[in-house]
Order: sequence, then C-alpha cells, then structure tokens
Amino acid sequence: MMHELRIRVGPAAFRIGSAWRAPVAALERLYAAYPTPSYCDYTVRLEPARPWRRWLRPSVMISGDYMLPDAAPLPLVQGLLAAEMGMNLQMALGWRRHLLLHAGAAEKDGRALVMTGMSGSGKSTMAALLGESGWRFLSDEFALLGLEDGAVHPFPRLVSLKNEGIEALEQRVGHQRLGPRLRGTPKGDIRHLVPSHDAIQRMDEAALPRLILFPRFGEARAIRTVPPSELFMRLTQASTNYVALGEAGFAALTRFCETVPARAIDYRRGEEGLELIDQLWAQFP
Amino acid sequence: MTPIRRLAATLRDPRLAGSFGARQWNALIAVARAERLIGALAVRLEGRGLPVEVEAVLADARRSSEQERRAALWEADCCRRALKDYHGKAVLLKGTAYVAANMDAGAGRSIGDLDILVAEKDLDEVEKALLAAGWEWVKEDAYDDQYYRRWMHELPPLIHRERDRMIDVHHTILPRTARPSPDPAAMLASAIALQPDAQQKGVRLAKFSSWHGLHVLSPADMVCHAIAHLFADGEMEGGLRNLWDIDRMLREFAGSANFWDALAVRARRHQLLSHVRRALRLSERIYGTPVDEKLRGHNSRMDNLFEARLMARDGWGRQTRPLLRLAFTIRGHAMRMPPAMLARHLWTKWRRS
Amino acid sequence: MPHDPLYIRVPESELVWHPLDAVTLVYHRRSGQTHIVMEPVPQILSVMQDRAMDAPAIAARLAEDYELPQTDAAAIIGARLEELAALGLAERVSPGQADGAEGGP
Repeated sequence: MMHELRIRVGPAAFRIGSAWRAPVAALERLYAAYPTPSYCDYTVRLEPARPWRRWLRPSVMISGDYMLPDAAPLPLVQGLLAAEMGMNLQMALGWRRHLLLHAGAAEKDGRALVMTGMSGSGKSTMAALLGESGWRFLSDEFALLGLEDGAVHPFPRLVSLKNEGIEALEQRVGHQRLGPRLRGTPKGDIRHLVPSHDAIQRMDEAALPRLILFPRFGEARAIRTVPPSELFMRLTQASTNYVALGEAGFAALTRFCETVPARAIDYRRGEEGLELIDQLWAQFP
Repeated sequence: MTPIRRLAATLRDPRLAGSFGARQWNALIAVARAERLIGALAVRLEGRGLPVEVEAVLADARRSSEQERRAALWEADCCRRALKDYHGKAVLLKGTAYVAANMDAGAGRSIGDLDILVAEKDLDEVEKALLAAGWEWVKEDAYDDQYYRRWMHELPPLIHRERDRMIDVHHTILPRTARPSPDPAAMLASAIALQPDAQQKGVRLAKFSSWHGLHVLSPADMVCHAIAHLFADGEMEGGLRNLWDIDRMLREFAGSANFWDALAVRARRHQLLSHVRRALRLSERIYGTPVDEKLRGHNSRMDNLFEARLMARDGWGRQTRPLLRLAFTIRGHAMRMPPAMLARHLWTKWRRS
Repeated sequence: MPHDPLYIRVPESELVWHPLDAVTLVYHRRSGQTHIVMEPVPQILSVMQDRAMDAPAIAARLAEDYELPQTDAAAIIGARLEELAALGLAERVSPGQADGAEGGP
C-alpha cells in the first residue's frame, strides 16, 4: 500500500503518497520540524512507471493533482528529489492565493529581499547563505506575493543545493541539517538543506518587500538599475500564475514594480555577492 | 463509500459535505481534480461554511474556472472575428458553448480547446480564414494529417501562434467511420444563434461586437452530442464529468415543453437512441437526474459495467481496474473504426514508434 | 477611391490603465491579457471614445493636441489600428455597422 506523509510549508499543505518506504523516510527526517496538517491542498504521488518497476530497476514517476504529461521518471535513490519536484509542480500549476514568483527571498529588519533570475544564477545558494548570515530565510524557489497586502509570504521548503552551492553550505551547517548527496540527477549533484529553526518556526510571518535583485554568479562585479517597466516584463516571465490570477495579478504586480527598487548584480564568488547585497540593503531604508 | 462515489453523491446533494472529516476531504479533492470536476464541485459547495482549509481549496478552484471561462469566451470571440466574412453557421460545441449560452453545465466547468462545427462543404473556406487570422497547423506528420482528414470528424488541430490556444474544427460530431452516424446537416440547420445582448441567456458583449454567425446546438442536439461524446469518443476517459454535463442539461432543459419528445426524435435521427437511453439511466443512477420513464428504457446488465468504468478511481486520484479500462479502450477504438481499418491504423502507429 | 477602414475600440470599462516609466500597461478585462503599449497608442484609444473612426480622422483630432509628422501621420495611425485589431482592442467595422454601434442596442 501507499506510504503517506503530510507536510505544511508556509501556506500550502501537501499529502505525499509513495509506493516505497524510502523516500517517505527521507522526507520524514528532513521535514521533522514542519507542522503536520490534517487538511491538504495537494496530493503528490510517487509511483512505479509500471507495476513491476516497483522492484526491478525501480524508477519513480512523479504525479499528483497537477501533472506534466511528459515528465521523465527518476531512479528510486533520487526519490527525495522526485517528491520535491512533485510539490513544486503543484504550486506552479495550482496555487491561486498569491502571485507566485520564481524567486528566492530572505528577511532582515522586518523587510524582505527578493532575488530572481534564470536557473543557475545562484539565487538558491544566495538565499541559503543569507539564511546563515543574519537573515531569515523565506524561500529559495517561490516568493509568494500577497494579492491584498503586497507582502512576501514565506515558502521555506528544503533548499535544493546544487553543485558548488553544496560545498559553500557544507562548511557552515552541521550534517544533521543536510540530506544525502544525490549524484547524477538531471540537474547535477543535489543536496538538500533544512532551513534554520527560526525560518521554520516563523513560516507564517510575511514581510513587505524592500528590494528585488537579479543576481548573476560568475561575472565581474557590477550593479545596474532595472527600470520598473523592465521589471514588470521580467516578473511576468518569472511567474507561473500571473495570467491565471487575472486582474488581481495585474494589480499586485504593478504595485510591486512601482514601489520596489530593482537592481541587477554580477559577482564572482558568494562572499562578494553577500557584500553587494549588504551595500544595497543599506541604501534603501 | 469510496471517494469517487462520495464525489458523485456530493455533486448530487451538497448537504452531505457538512459531515466529512479531513481524510475524506483530502481524498475527495484529489478525486475531483483527477476527474476535472473540482470547479463544478466548488460552485456546488459555495457558501456552505466548510472548514477554512477546504474553503481555500474551493475558492482556488472557482478562481481557476472563472479564468478558464474568460479565456474560452475570448477565444470564441477571436474565432468570431476571424470568421467575420464567413456566411455559414459556426456552432460552438462543448464547454465553450455551455458558458457562452450561460448554462448550468458551464458553472465551474474546465474548458480546454475551442471546438466548432461548420458545414463540411465550407471546411476549406473556414480553414483559410483561420490561417489568415494567425492560426497554424500543429506539427503533424503526413500520415496523421491524412488520417484526420479522411477518417476523423475534424480538421487536424490548429493552434494560434500568439495566444497558444487550440481550435478543433469539426464537420460532424463523430468520426465518419463510427457506427452511429449523427446527421450534422440537421444539427447545423437547427442550431441557434447566440443573442448578442441578452443578460440572462448568452454572453454579455461589448456593444461593437455582434455574434454574427456564432451559434450553439439546439437543446436536444446538445444533449445528443454530449452523449455521443461520453460513449463513442475514445475510452470514456473523464466520463464522470461528461455525465455531469448531461445531468445539468437534462435538468435545465426538462422544464421546456416537449423536450423529452424532441430528444427522442433527435436521438433516432442521429442513430444515438440506445446511447441516449443508457446515458439517461446512468445519469439517473449516479446523479439522481429526473428522466423520462419511457425514454430511459429498462436497466441492462451492461449498465453496471459502465458504472464501474466511470467509478474506476481511488482516493489518491489513481485510475483503478486496468482490465476494465482496457476493455473500454478496445471498445472505444472499435466503435470509431471498422476492424480492418483499426488494424491498419495500429500497424502504422507501431511501425513508426 | 477606396475608403480608409473604420474602427471602433473596446469600451473604456474593459480596460485598466497603468503608466510605468516609458510604457503604458493595459489590462484587458474581457480577454485577461496584459498589453504593453507606447505612444501614440494610448492617445489613439483616448481620441476614439465610442465612435467609429478612420485613421485620417484620428490624425486630425490628435493634431489638435500633439505635434504630428506632416506627411504620414495617418499611415502610422492606420498601422497601429491594425495592430490594435489583432490584439482585440479595436475592431474593423463596416459603415453600416458603425451607425448601429454608435447608439448601442
């Protein structure tokens, strides 16, 4: 039968069913500090592609309430990644209570910093690093922008560290906050990081946005102002539910673009990025 | 009660919802999403003061179906503008028709592609007009294209290059090879023009718009089409939703004079009489639809099998009973194509893959 | 001599305007689409109001308030009208329809 686990991350509650015990056991360990909801917003299923594939070269199909028809299965050892992808998919395709921005976010002094950009731009690593350097980690993947309050609502799921991000965080946190290293996934090596105790405890505390950044990792240090019209266009591209929200999405996004200053920053190393962020943060009180 | 039976029972009688616990809700929501009935359920359950967590999920579903409704109506309007110089009838079908005519079946309904019906002799003209207005062929290979044009009941699908939305242009409601052959000319002849300005029935339009040429099927034909779609189109995939459409229509149309007689006449004309009878029985069984005694006919043992097929889903939203589903897959194909043609079709598919 | 085509715009109640630095964002309620437009598009729509108009008539009205190029203003406006029609923010009408549209049903 199905192994079941229920998890709440910020405002969203998930019910995960798995044909195998292993992925659920891995999730239970890493999500131990998160609340267990009774009612769930979404169902995620980890199933064998064919009945016999449960034992023979087991591979995990990701499915659930919302699915992509052509999602390729993952090997069972990457079941943790499969569960995370399944939860992301439900949010990306189903969530309607906030404007969903594909972005990392962190909070300091009661205000939120939002970081967005292409995959591999380093926003996940940067959000995780901030979370270990005096900021409260809000999210590494989805920033939830309130339709009425205009605030950034946390979605502090596990941070999905990739490649060089893994080493950067291994030096800073204990192994009990890290998942197993998943080698050779479609995105390279992956290791999951449990957000800080504080980030999880305060997952229902939103913060008004003060600054949005477009970080780019591996380039010579530079800062460029992003005008509101360009910000608007880039954020419509970074949102999976802007169109679905209709006029409410338009109102929330135009308000955000009008009131939140935006900068594109380039940096070579994580340390340099943190420095740039501190410098800019001080400019916008 | 299994979750999918609970879904059907709750759609039928929303008062039941007051007694469900969290586990039952979780399963019910998963099943309703899998059957694409979550929007209809959310509309049925509006204002019942359910647990806040459930209310939030239902509000999301209502927001989504409102967006789908708006997008579908806009797509229909784009199609109307593209066909401005076409003087035949363009008939909206399925979900778009239900929302355009402001019918109960449209409430909370999920809507995908735009489906329209036009006269077969006008296909070239309609195709040209759509291509000129920005629709393009979805990439298909030559075999598929030929298959569609020769045997199916529609042009190969077109997609709009800016809006990324599909349109299916039908010239009849079932494939040419299907055993029942409904009469599309009769359907077109009795199709009803959408009223531009009615507040109750029909869409509210900007005043410069006239529906100029956009129609919906007559009530009896609309029910016949939904029933043909339920049984003869493929594998009864999504059948519970199609049956819900039928329940809503039967309840809404039953009030008008002579509806059941008209339905019987049209069912015969479209060679769908046995389908219509069975659909009435299934709708009555599953959704408690009041139906005409004479038309529904006697229960048959096959009805149980159809009902089991419609209920083949578990509380995680997974399809169950693979053997039964397989039986319906072969049945679905056999109904669409005479056997020799089916063999040729499958063979071509196998060789290519 | 061929007439310039007549256009009528969508009613103001269907649009939400939001100027943002160099561009204007328009949310179209009926389609749910967001359009990003630049001058002279907002001006063209504002001049049209609820009347069916052609490009030369719009150019003449705009010339009262703005500096327009002497020669091809009508041609530029005609091209923008075609684009607006493709987006569904304006619609080409025949002279007969235009009369009916004025009063509304």
